[in-house]
Amino acid sequence: VCIHRVRSCSSIRFIKSKYVCVFDKSALKFSHQQRLFRTSAVSCGQIVQFKLSDIGEGITEVTVKEWYIKEGDSVSQFDSICEVQSDKASVTITSRYDGIIRKLHYSIDDIAFVGKPLVDIEIDASKGVASEEDVVETPPMSHEEHTHQEIKGHKTLATPAVRRLAMENNIKLSEVVGTGKDNRILKEDILNYLAKQTGAILPPSPKAEIVPPQRKAEAVPAAPKDKARKIPVPVSRPIAFAGKDRTEPVTGFQKAMVKTMSAALKIPHFGYSDEIDLTQLVQLREELKPLAEIRGVKLSFMPFFIKAASLGLLQYPILNASLDENCQNVTFKASHNIGVAMDTEQGLIVPNVKNVQSLGSAGQLGTSDLTGGTFTLSNIGTIGGTYAKPVILPPEVAIGALGKIQVLPRFNSKGEVFKAQIMNVSWSADHRIIDGATMARFSNLWKSYLENPALMLLDLK
Amino acid sequence: MVLRSLKNCLWLSCVLRTPKACFWSTASGGLIIQSVSNDVYQNLAVEDWIHDHMDLEKQQVLFLWRNSPAVVIGRHQNPWQECNLRLLRQKNIKLARRRSGGGTVYHDLGNINLTFFTTRKKYERMENLKLVVRALKALRPQLDVHVTDRYDILLDRQYKISGTAAKLGRTSAYHHCTLLCNADKLVLSSVLKSPFKGLKSNATPSVPAVVKNLFEEDPSLTSEMLLDAIAKEYAVQHQIDHHVTLINPADETLLPGISDKTKELQTWEWVYGKTPKFSISTSFNMVYKDSVLDVKVNMDVKHGRIEVCNIDLPEHWLPPGLYTELVKSLTGSKFCPNETTALVTTLPRVCPQDDELHNRWSLLCENMIRLM
Repeated sequence: VCIHRVRSCSSIRFIKSKYVCVFDKSALKFSHQQRLFRTSAVSCGQIVQFKLSDIGEGITEVTVKEWYIKEGDSVSQFDSICEVQSDKASVTITSRYDGIIRKLHYSIDDIAFVGKPLVDIEIDASKGVASEEDVVETPPMSHEEHTHQEIKGHKTLATPAVRRLAMENNIKLSEVVGTGKDNRILKEDILNYLAKQTGAILPPSPKAEIVPPQRKAEAVPAAPKDKARKIPVPVSRPIAFAGKDRTEPVTGFQKAMVKTMSAALKIPHFGYSDEIDLTQLVQLREELKPLAEIRGVKLSFMPFFIKAASLGLLQYPILNASLDENCQNVTFKASHNIGVAMDTEQGLIVPNVKNVQSLGSAGQLGTSDLTGGTFTLSNIGTIGGTYAKPVILPPEVAIGALGKIQVLPRFNSKGEVFKAQIMNVSWSADHRIIDGATMARFSNLWKSYLENPALMLLDLK
Repeated sequence: MVLRSLKNCLWLSCVLRTPKACFWSTASGGLIIQSVSNDVYQNLAVEDWIHDHMDLEKQQVLFLWRNSPAVVIGRHQNPWQECNLRLLRQKNIKLARRRSGGGTVYHDLGNINLTFFTTRKKYERMENLKLVVRALKALRPQLDVHVTDRYDILLDRQYKISGTAAKLGRTSAYHHCTLLCNADKLVLSSVLKSPFKGLKSNATPSVPAVVKNLFEEDPSLTSEMLLDAIAKEYAVQHQIDHHVTLINPADETLLPGISDKTKELQTWEWVYGKTPKFSISTSFNMVYKDSVLDVKVNMDVKHGRIEVCNIDLPEHWLPPGLYTELVKSLTGSKFCPNETTALVTTLPRVCPQDDELHNRWSLLCENMIRLM
């Protein structure tokens, strides 16, 4: 096999000798440049027809279901090329070569034939070709110690390009930890290893340091009695090779948010913040929690905030209003549909209190729960933070953002320091129809309900 | 049958053998493992992990697993076409897409899963299924079970009790199949019936079959007994000890990278986004005030996202600006009820606040969402 390959390599070399020299040296020193060389050199490589290999069980044809690459992409040996299906079996076809995809012989849903060409790959002449019998790992190209390493009884996986890079830098593949598929050693792994040797600042993968190189059929020995064993934390690859920018279109819900927020910021906002002492409320909630649990309800602070807001809006109805487009009319909404801003998978949604008790997942909310809000509270404190500058959600005219509850020292009426449960609230309101005084008075009223929960009972109708 | 816990096995093998050979390399040609988890995503992730990381040259693996209620579609299938998604969501039944081909199955604890891992060269589905049949006959000789050339196992020559699918990679392969012991047939038939009309696609269609539980044939049978019988037969076949090693699919130490695999299987992009391109041509009736409107909808969906969207409404039923806005927003958006709900409830914020308009909008959008 070795001799066969040398022969085929040398014949290729003979034809393309002058180009081989260019690739051999400079390309291999800088891995990212190597790719550039490859993709820009159009006519230098040889086009090889990669045939669909035997699937087994006497199958002669398959349906192409998905392409993982497209024409012009560069591939490495063992990269996935496509997914084909035959009689309930889904097969991943991987590349035998390093090179550039020049032609796809089939489209999705076409029938592909075993033994017939699947893709055309332009291979880099100097890299060499894998043997025809390839269904399992290809044997390495030479018998030199660098390129044919046995680590703990298993062959190392590395493409010919990677092996050459290791050889050029006098690196033993056995000392490099592979982070690719099947623990394959990638160019990045060689370069990381190099960087470590020279003391360059690259965050080493904890996996490499703590856990012995993992090969197939070998898991981390879990010795429960060994305290020194550390648990490897799966970490992404070193930041040095982060990759390129990624552009995605703005679609669906994001588009709607773009429109909403653009409209929102046309509203002249003003802010007003205050500090609320929730010590009494916290105590009340602790008392009520077990009773609520018996009823199967998880009691949070939200119901208190909403009730207090509703009572406040009775006194200051302008905060529950809506200004028309031309700023000609203000509509005072009768119903207090107080929305609670929620962060979900889709993004920000604001179900309003018609059905706030059935909040569990956004999936259970219908369109009627999510429309018709007149006033919004945002409990950003559950994520963190104290102060905020919330944006009013049109067509509403006010919004409140609740910070997190912190235990802080405060002075009581006797001048003593006590532990207080403090939460900050940040209001924003539409300055075209709401003035600072109104907002301040509403906030004070809301604050008084929460600092003295008994007052809420007094004003209940 | 001896069930040994993972720790025991590991400790023993570390002590008795050389330090490097541990859990995954037993003395002879086979290993039988069973999952302690009933989470379909975790169990599918274990299959992926073994397929990607284990060297199956020296030993083959049998993996036994069961899931709490879930619908599992094949790699190249269309969930809208294969099952009743609304019912799944209502009943909190999970939806998963596996990496192997084939059709859709309903899993619950009464339906057991068997995965046979081999090298690509040793991939042989018929042999595996014959092993299962041998195991069943050894357990209950009177059972009339046989393997068809479609790789199904039939009971009494008419009822399907097992379906098969397979995945082939570069060096390894696996063949998995189900075995109906005592699954809830009522739920099975209702979730596997899609109410979708007007869907055109090249996705792999499932072939419906009449099924029966082995429990109905012989009420003394339980899932545990079946798992045990199959493990025993596998042990005989591979000349190994009849013991089953338990594994925890959440154990990142034993299966490094498993949590990433589990997460990937749950992403929308995998479950729905991998659906082959399809088109919808359907209609619904909207009752509004005193009239009934017939609305025709045509959509092309690619990668689970709406590529093209046409809603045939009577002219001016919605102001043209708003109609265009709706179509533009839906285009490129996920074909997903949650996403669409979030979208259609946010858009009206920047429209004239007109109750009539909002009612029409809600009515139309609710019907659109119901399609998804």
